Amino acid sequence: MKVLVTVKEVAELADDFEVEGTEVDDRYLEYDLNEWDDYAVEEGVQLNEAGVADEVVTVTIGPERAEETIRMALAKGADRSIRVWDESFEDVDLLDTETKVQILSAVVAEEEPDLVLTGVQAGDDAFGATGVALADDIDFEWAAVVNDLDMDADAGVAHVHRELEGGVEELTDVELPAVLTIQTGINEPRYASLRGIRQAQSKEIAPKTLTDLGLDADAVQSDLTLTNMYEPESESDAEIFEGSADETAGKLAEVLREKGVAE
Amino acid sequence: MSDVLAITEHRRGELRDESFEVISAGRELADDAGGDLHLAVISGDVDSFADSLNREGVDTIHTVENGEEFNHDVYVQAIEALYNDLAPAFVLMPNSVNGLDYAPAVANRLDLPLVTDAIGFEYDGTLTATREMYGSKVETTVEVEGDQFAITTRGAEWPTAEGVGDAEVSAFDFDVDEAAVRSTVTGFEEVGSGDVDISEAEFIVSIGRGIEEEDNLPLIEDLVEATGATLASSRPIVDNGWLPKNRQVGQSGAQVTPQVYLAIGISGAVQHVAGMKGADTIIAINTDPNAPIFDIADYGIVGDLFEVVPELTEQFS
Repeated sequence: MKVLVTVKEVAELADDFEVEGTEVDDRYLEYDLNEWDDYAVEEGVQLNEAGVADEVVTVTIGPERAEETIRMALAKGADRSIRVWDESFEDVDLLDTETKVQILSAVVAEEEPDLVLTGVQAGDDAFGATGVALADDIDFEWAAVVNDLDMDADAGVAHVHRELEGGVEELTDVELPAVLTIQTGINEPRYASLRGIRQAQSKEIAPKTLTDLGLDADAVQSDLTLTNMYEPESESDAEIFEGSADETAGKLAEVLREKGVAE
Repeated sequence: MSDVLAITEHRRGELRDESFEVISAGRELADDAGGDLHLAVISGDVDSFADSLNREGVDTIHTVENGEEFNHDVYVQAIEALYNDLAPAFVLMPNSVNGLDYAPAVANRLDLPLVTDAIGFEYDGTLTATREMYGSKVETTVEVEGDQFAITTRGAEWPTAEGVGDAEVSAFDFDVDEAAVRSTVTGFEEVGSGDVDISEAEFIVSIGRGIEEEDNLPLIEDLVEATGATLASSRPIVDNGWLPKNRQVGQSGAQVTPQVYLAIGISGAVQHVAGMKGADTIIAINTDPNAPIFDIADYGIVGDLFEVVPELTEQFS
């Protein structure tokens, strides 16, 4: 069984940053492997180690810079990677779901995986839509927000738990081939070992353009345009205790005593 | 052509709050666009659900009988059929866990531009939606091209619809393509029961990413012991396996309503806040003065928890 894992490099904002127009300047951004995708990679690698999967391939839509993040996934045990980028992406500040789905569908057509794992969402734009939209597009079955996976490859069924709100999990059987969107906490993502990092250097990251995937530049025509970005106004009316650690702790202790919750 | 079709949500025989919020959001959009608000209730006891959903501002409620519980394959087919029948300008769905499980497929199948997790929108011939990015650190406005749209709305951003309405209730007949139903819900499981029920606690000390390492837990446990508090946490602590699931506060964890909620090293992501905003008094300790937790806190310390917490413990020893 072949597993395809979508891996995104996301930007995280520093505590202090400035918005310029509809973007945040690069100097306030730190790039990292999307947290949810880290769990998806781990799930793929564990399927491989359990003998359920034969190959784990990652796919990333991202510029050359993203290779550092892709290497991280390779160091954790993915076998090889595909990175899709096209100059025409550089003018788009928000790729919509449809665009991502077109690209990923083309990759699925080439790779023919039995299982696609994606993170539930990306930490930056937080759309939470790519996996399920992709599944519908390639006519795979799917499950969103999966926090437990028991794969019965012989029967062609994935037994999953979906993490619902309020401490309830839904138990669902999903026919393969399928796309599962992976929730944090499903496993414990490993740290890349030194050996893994060394091995990752020799693993393949295949760059692909839209043309390579049989798509034209129209695929990048996003229906969504960012028109404004701003820091939300603080609605805080909290009383902030000022002073040294022992002074602030003293004031806080007073509040706790006043409220009668601690003596 | 400028109508709104809003999809409601239920679980285990009960309508969820999202159903009444999506009515308010749908009415707002329908007023902007000069159209009607249609609701769909799919599966479960649809007739009794329709009675409850008949709130002010709803024009028509379409009931789709099919099985007891949510199944995304059925939902996608039912919404597709309703859409083809009604040709609404907007399909509105809750940005809930189940919403995330069908809304993107609906948008893909109907070839609609999709905006998820909207916290606001305006329509004056052009749709502009407000969304957050980078873990709620910025808000953005997004202009959406098209004439028909799919939108998912964040929970608790719109008020719950009140008042008794006079909506027409209409049974929507459609045949499910059973061959296209390839997932089966086999049951539910409650998680999070365990040694302690944090939902009953009067004083909660709750920790988040800010504690950095599992080795720092004893620092917090000392405070908990000295004050007689109950220990809880935000999601990352449970994901890391540092505390069991029954200690998790938030959308997917427990809802708590203590007298005092002391949030230590918790930034205050919307999913966490959903579980603890019912606390009488909220106190936050965080190094980042812009952390969203301060927006809902009554008292705060902008400082290093590793300095403040030992001092606080000292006060009660």
